[in-house]
Amino acid sequence: MTFRGLAALMTLTAIGMSLATSGCTKKSSNSQELLHVSYDVTREICTAVNEKFIKRYEAESGKKLTIKQSHGGSSSQARSVIDGLKADVVSLALWIDINAIAKSGLIEPGWENRLPNESIPYFSTVVFVVRKGNPKNIKDWPDLVREGVEVITPNPKSSGNGKLSFLAAWGSVTTRGGSDEEAMKYLTDLYRHVPVLESGGRGATTTFLNKRIGDVQLAWENEGYLAVKESKGEVEIVYPPVSIRAEPMVAVVTSNTKKKGTSETAEAYLKFYFEPEVQKLIAENYFRPSDPQVAEEFKDNFPSLTMFRVTDISKGWDDVQTRFFVEGALFDQISKLAAQR
Amino acid sequence: MTEPARRGFSRSREPAWLKWLLIGIVYLIVVVLIIVPLLQVFSIALSAGWNAFVQKALVDPDSLHAMWMTFVVSSISVTINIFFGMALAWAVARFQFPGRTLLISMVDLPFAISPVAVGLMFMLLFGRQGFFGSTLEEWGIEIVFSTPGLILATTFVTLPFIARELIPVMEAIGPDEELAAITLGASGWQMFWLVTIPNIRWALLYGVILCTARAMGEFGAVSVLSGKIAGSTETMPLRVDKLFHEHDEPGAFAVASILTLFALMTLIAKAALEHWVLASIKKPDANEL
Repeated sequence: MTFRGLAALMTLTAIGMSLATSGCTKKSSNSQELLHVSYDVTREICTAVNEKFIKRYEAESGKKLTIKQSHGGSSSQARSVIDGLKADVVSLALWIDINAIAKSGLIEPGWENRLPNESIPYFSTVVFVVRKGNPKNIKDWPDLVREGVEVITPNPKSSGNGKLSFLAAWGSVTTRGGSDEEAMKYLTDLYRHVPVLESGGRGATTTFLNKRIGDVQLAWENEGYLAVKESKGEVEIVYPPVSIRAEPMVAVVTSNTKKKGTSETAEAYLKFYFEPEVQKLIAENYFRPSDPQVAEEFKDNFPSLTMFRVTDISKGWDDVQTRFFVEGALFDQISKLAAQR
Repeated sequence: MTEPARRGFSRSREPAWLKWLLIGIVYLIVVVLIIVPLLQVFSIALSAGWNAFVQKALVDPDSLHAMWMTFVVSSISVTINIFFGMALAWAVARFQFPGRTLLISMVDLPFAISPVAVGLMFMLLFGRQGFFGSTLEEWGIEIVFSTPGLILATTFVTLPFIARELIPVMEAIGPDEELAAITLGASGWQMFWLVTIPNIRWALLYGVILCTARAMGEFGAVSVLSGKIAGSTETMPLRVDKLFHEHDEPGAFAVASILTLFALMTLIAKAALEHWVLASIKKPDANEL
């Protein structure tokens, strides 16, 4: 093992390098590849929908299709696309996140109206996930700030789940006759009960379920059902009387698809989400379907509760962003106050 | 409390109980912090049975691809670092030039900077909105969210390993043998292959092993630049993190155990190397070609 060994090692890596690059650049006109950049809690549903869409697309066009997925906190995923992640389609938790991509020039303006139902294929809400038997007897938002209750929720700055939980908590005060000052006081109290702020919804679930930290998790409804299933009944869902209506949205990243020549496939893929067949699949994965007929069919799965929209507690998402989440806005003030104890 | 300790010191020999207490504590720490978690990795990986383990770690195409990416990224990074480390050690050990001391301390910079900051730094340079972003896009070159970005980040993070091993060895050996070779008519390459390389080969190999181990495990910088595309830009550490977040614990630990096996292999290689070096120092002739 001397310089000959070293030379052999270098030759090996050179071969590795050339193989790697040839593997990456292999492309043919008879195949298409889509990159779907999404938020944290859609992994299972994307995998299921992709399988169905690929089958249909390949049968109809005779071309081969691969759909790659990337998942993370909604706002950080948006950030990656803005920084150059070559997404063909995005499905993100909040309008603001897709709008941020549109503002950077990658998505043509007016994208909300290019797909059915204002580009909202399904909606959801924020529920409470508690330990088996609900030992801390948590039923409504004020119960979260009782002595000795620990709340798990991700960071509103990086996560859609976090933002929605924040807004749900805010609205639980203001839509029931409370003032902004009372909401502020409630939220400061609430974040005092949060032991760790994860960056995404999935991280929060891992903290609550696997690391067994906290008494209640503020989770997407679908994530809550997954947690119940995964934990084999160690946790259960509690519906608060009032919560937020969460409306994830989808869009084609037009600037990227034009360069890659995937515009048509990308649009067909997103329209597929609105078809009854996929709407059923979505409902089976515990998201509330936007198709009224499918919604009727699955109505027993989704208990009714009062759901307010973002526009009921603000002038819209831009207003929400400047009032609550930009640097130095209400969330920053609240976390500073909460840290003071 | 302080009384027995002081007496122990003044006697110049520690009492036996102290010795055994300290040894016991060290063993306890090793068992609790290293051995138990290590065994835990393998036991959780196998908790769903052998078939599931093979399925998750060795058949699943995304896991296989992650292994391939880890191999590609670490082998290219290590190769770059071999060239860089030798060039730097050579320059620093053989020549005096302005800024030499600064250069030596700059090599240590990657040890000090957090890998996440390294990732963000490259993002700000090569991202779409970054300093070189528009130029790269015009030329159709992808760095962030693709293999070159992962290699760049890993190379940066592992930069000091080989250079740091080589510099003291080359300084200690000194230029005498090399000068003798040149005086006797050897060409530059002959001197390099026949004199320099044999002298530094153990240090070089040692550096390569450490560098490989660190490159395979790199997570922070790579996670910023990866874009987390399954089956494309995911290395093994990223795959482990992802599977864990997908609530697939056996899967996460199956891939983690393969990664751990690779790490253990480098550790064994390192131990074997140390053994050989010791042996060759005892018998100087064994060092010959």
